[in-house]
Amino acid sequence: MSAPPALVGDLVDTADVIVCCGSGGVGKTTTAAVLGIEAARRGRRAVVVTIDPARRLADALGLSGGLSGEPQLIALPVLEGGAAAGELWAMMLDTPAMFDKVVRAHAADAEQADRIVANRFYRNMADALSGTQEFMASEALHELHGDVRFDLVIVDTPPSRNALDFLDAPGVLTRFLDHRAFKLLMLPTRTGLKVLSAATQPLLRAIGRVVGSEVLADTVAFFQSFAGMESGFRDRAEAVGLLLRASSTKFVLVAAPQHDTVAEAVWFAQQLTANDFSVSAAVVNRVQPHFGDGTVADAMSRSAAAHERGHDDVAAMWDNLADLRTVADAQRAELAPLRDAIGGDLIAEVPQLATDVHSLDALELIAAHLFAR
Amino acid sequence: MLSNSPPLADLVSSNIVIVAGKGGVGKTTVTAVLARAAAERGKRVLVIELDGKPALAQLLPGLDVRHISAADALEEYLQEHGFKRIAKRLAATGVIDVVSTAAPGIDDLVVLGKIKQLERSGEFDLIVVDGPAAGHAITFLSSASGLLDSVRAGPVRTQAEDVAALLADPERCQVVLVTLPESTPVTEMIETSFALEDRVGVQLAAIVVNQVDVGPAVPDPTDVDFGRATAQVDDACAAAEFRRSRRAVQAAELARLSSELPLPQLRVRSMPAAGLTANDIVALSAMFDGEDSGDDSPAASEVDAT
Repeated sequence: MSAPPALVGDLVDTADVIVCCGSGGVGKTTTAAVLGIEAARRGRRAVVVTIDPARRLADALGLSGGLSGEPQLIALPVLEGGAAAGELWAMMLDTPAMFDKVVRAHAADAEQADRIVANRFYRNMADALSGTQEFMASEALHELHGDVRFDLVIVDTPPSRNALDFLDAPGVLTRFLDHRAFKLLMLPTRTGLKVLSAATQPLLRAIGRVVGSEVLADTVAFFQSFAGMESGFRDRAEAVGLLLRASSTKFVLVAAPQHDTVAEAVWFAQQLTANDFSVSAAVVNRVQPHFGDGTVADAMSRSAAAHERGHDDVAAMWDNLADLRTVADAQRAELAPLRDAIGGDLIAEVPQLATDVHSLDALELIAAHLFAR
Repeated sequence: MLSNSPPLADLVSSNIVIVAGKGGVGKTTVTAVLARAAAERGKRVLVIELDGKPALAQLLPGLDVRHISAADALEEYLQEHGFKRIAKRLAATGVIDVVSTAAPGIDDLVVLGKIKQLERSGEFDLIVVDGPAAGHAITFLSSASGLLDSVRAGPVRTQAEDVAALLADPERCQVVLVTLPESTPVTEMIETSFALEDRVGVQLAAIVVNQVDVGPAVPDPTDVDFGRATAQVDDACAAAEFRRSRRAVQAAELARLSSELPLPQLRVRSMPAAGLTANDIVALSAMFDGEDSGDDSPAASEVDAT
């Protein structure tokens, strides 16, 4: 009924990259952190990339300083078994800073990079172009993968409207640039706006009429200054795409034992498979314990007997046990579709703890459960 | 306990109610319950879902449920503003992506503009919006003020002014915030509520706390004498300790919420793992049936869903 520790253990022992994915509110960041802790305990040099973690989790990971382009080394507590053999690093993705870095890497010279980075349309992209955060997360993943300080990169995917956004992420910008609008806007690089082709004019008029001429000028300037960088971005997108599909890159689905998140996890597992990615494990967080091997009926009959004898407080104890076992059984039933979709031996369960999780110790406790330490 | 629920009128006194909260806290449930309860009182209710997979139509048979996507709303907006013939082509050529990046927030603004248009149509007494997930609520609602800063003239500015006026008028639009009685969701909701008041200026109607454990009291196992029984007694004690501990966490978080956010609070019982059905929504919406008692004093209430 509980976790197959060997499997998740193999995963942190052997993967180069672990991508944690799942719907919002299921504990993706917590799972990413726990996998990182375990990897460090097992001697790996792991780095966890988080996106907008809850503040107390950020504190637990030593990221209270806020966004940082640089991974921070986390001081792990010394356990009974001794200090961690490896290292745990954590980094909070700074999307605009990462974007600047990527632009500078692809620009022909510093002047082109400066012109782009100063452009207002460009600065809007980090916030407004959907998929940019995922794109930068995938860039960070690629960069850290090539960093000799680390031998395992664990990515916590952004809370997107569509879980598949991350898989499309490397292509976000190239697809944007592939639009016909972009190609048309690129044409007047030298001649300026006055001699735009007949095909371009309605597009520009449309944009100008909706957003005003000032914003339009920024937009045109952005596309013009971007000229020549597409192929660099395209090559990079391909490299990141290959890394995501590499056999040493593992996808871990994160879910909670409720109907809706399980349905979403199943759907996501199907999409991953259909797109040639493979699900290596699913972590189900906050599974309510069953409290022993007995049944709901056992607890209810004991409650009835206690009531008959007038022992109301004893009856209340059995009623509570019956309640909690009912919830545990219902959760188990809800997980059935996930077991069918990816196989029961790939699912690891993390019990709901009696208190909230927001310290390194609590993360260690979850790791101990998940890996049966 | 039913009569202690804040009156429905406190939660849905405006023409539009936007339900906001981070992913996984049960926004859709709250949207459905408010819509169902208002519909049962004879109101003409429209329910709007913005993103994610459509779920509300199933939960609300017989109610008018519509999906508004940013892409469709922007295309419709362009069609209505002189680009009738080329709007489709604009979408195909990627102009819509370019426009929404050139003027960040325009996609959110046109969605709010569409909602405003529905409100102004006079066809509905109440529009309940299942708001955007995660941290998008603040971005979504501050789109109008952001565009007022960056766009000086033209139809977008007019639209932004209209939407800003809508959000600032508590008779037309209010926000219901949804959270869970746990540390991180409560902290994030307190931050969200201050951001909404400061940056958007929208009126907060109430807080709904989902998944509150309101079952009967569980005794302290050390006070209970099981007599000669031994089988599964350890299990019962562990279960009691677990539940008491979880409840202590909830009580502490609810107390913190009450002290930091003086808003009417509606507490909703734990939901079944199996997911909600249309019947559950009807049952939950009965929580407001006691509101005619004239008892409007309690700021918080606990409601049993079953």
